Amino acid sequence: MKMNSILSNNKAVGQNETKLRTEAVSLYYGNFQALRNISLEIPERAITAIIGPSGCGKSSFIRLFNRMNDLIIGARVKGQVELDGIPIYDTTIDVVELRKRVGMVFQKPNPFPMSVFENVAFGPRRHGINKIGELEEIIKRSLHQAALWDDVKDKLGQSALSLSGGQQQRLCIARVLAVEPEVILMDEPCSALDPVATLKIEDLMRNLAQKYTIIIVTHNMQQAARASDMSAFFMMEEDRAGVLVEYGPTSELFTNPKDKRTEDYITGRFG
Amino acid sequence: MEIRTIFHNKLREIQDDVLAMGSMVEKATNRSIEALKERDIEKAHEIIADDLKINRQRFNIEEKCVQLIATQQPMASDLRTIISVLYIITEIERIGDHAEGIAKIVVMIGDEPPLKPLVDLPLMAKKAADMLHRSLDAFINRDADAAKQIVSEDDEVDNLYDQVFRELLTFMAEDPKTITRATRLIWVAHNLERSADRVTNICERVVYMVTGKMEEMNISKY
Repeated sequence: MKMNSILSNNKAVGQNETKLRTEAVSLYYGNFQALRNISLEIPERAITAIIGPSGCGKSSFIRLFNRMNDLIIGARVKGQVELDGIPIYDTTIDVVELRKRVGMVFQKPNPFPMSVFENVAFGPRRHGINKIGELEEIIKRSLHQAALWDDVKDKLGQSALSLSGGQQQRLCIARVLAVEPEVILMDEPCSALDPVATLKIEDLMRNLAQKYTIIIVTHNMQQAARASDMSAFFMMEEDRAGVLVEYGPTSELFTNPKDKRTEDYITGRFG
Repeated sequence: MEIRTIFHNKLREIQDDVLAMGSMVEKATNRSIEALKERDIEKAHEIIADDLKINRQRFNIEEKCVQLIATQQPMASDLRTIISVLYIITEIERIGDHAEGIAKIVVMIGDEPPLKPLVDLPLMAKKAADMLHRSLDAFINRDADAAKQIVSEDDEVDNLYDQVFRELLTFMAEDPKTITRATRLIWVAHNLERSADRVTNICERVVYMVTGKMEEMNISKY
């Protein structure tokens, strides 16, 4: 399905197909309802930011798309979650294959305690690629895409833990890219980084969005405003369940939000 | 609970400054016509001197807006308010220049004998000053409907301008010796007509600030 004509601050995503879709999705952790009735269409090859106060279910929401919530005991999903129109909570879905298509970058850079090379090679090896020539190609391409090649080309054999925080985070992005995903979920990818490293990641996201669908959870509203094409604002209701308040082009959400609750949040009238 | 108290206090302070600047200009407009009626050259010089204070106030407000944008990253209605203020103070400052323009004409006229008793020019000035006053009320009250109403009143000023122009043209046609004096009064009328037009620009900004929609509302005859 085509998105409605939308012009965002960074690029026109009006013609983009819907990549991910949720319909009336609710998420429960045991008796606790974490998300209520979320319906949202996320366009492909664009950056969609999820913003909202702490505890409103932003991370839970993006974890729906690679079924990371499955790992939590007692987690249940109601409603429909689709990738390219295919329901991903269907029993026939291979979760490993899903997570190859939907990669994830976390808040704290979490490189494996091994070499730079082996970090990036980890995913492809798991998926059966073992020829050294082929791996070298993948690693070079991924590190280039993650804007890290020039920094690490002479130290591929060194421990990934010797890199700076910003470099480690870009390495984690390279690790995701190595398995050629279609979607990249980013859960506060810059919250542990300094401002310069943050801006580098934002630039990188913009370049990656030409090819990948990116969803980013961020506490930093200026980051959402700078870096995303679409923005969704989530809030907690009285029972602490997260709900979607407003979703639209970033350029509109930050200049003329439709819902008073969005307005109050982004202008800092409530926290 | 409001959490950005310092920011919102500063934003309120800017809005108060705009109001204060508006009332300086409203006063200048009214006094410029008084000076014309009373042939009060001293008052005219005061208006000319006061215009410097108005200009300074405009830069002062602009500086505060730039500071807030740079340091507070305003969003949504706060952002629209600051952007609107930047445009509104430019319009107010120009209305001040129109009042100064009238004061300069008063100085130019000096003690020449009056051409005719002034009737429509004071009405134009009163209307323009009143529109300015109410446009800033609409700004402070965030009242887009009131702003739209004021725009529609610009026609009254245009009609008065037509009337003044026609009347002065008759004087000039009947007696070419009146041309200099009549032309100066036409300049006065033109200043007032422009002032009212600028008020409609302020109103457009108020509508933008409230609704987020940019629309041209006044297609003035002049």
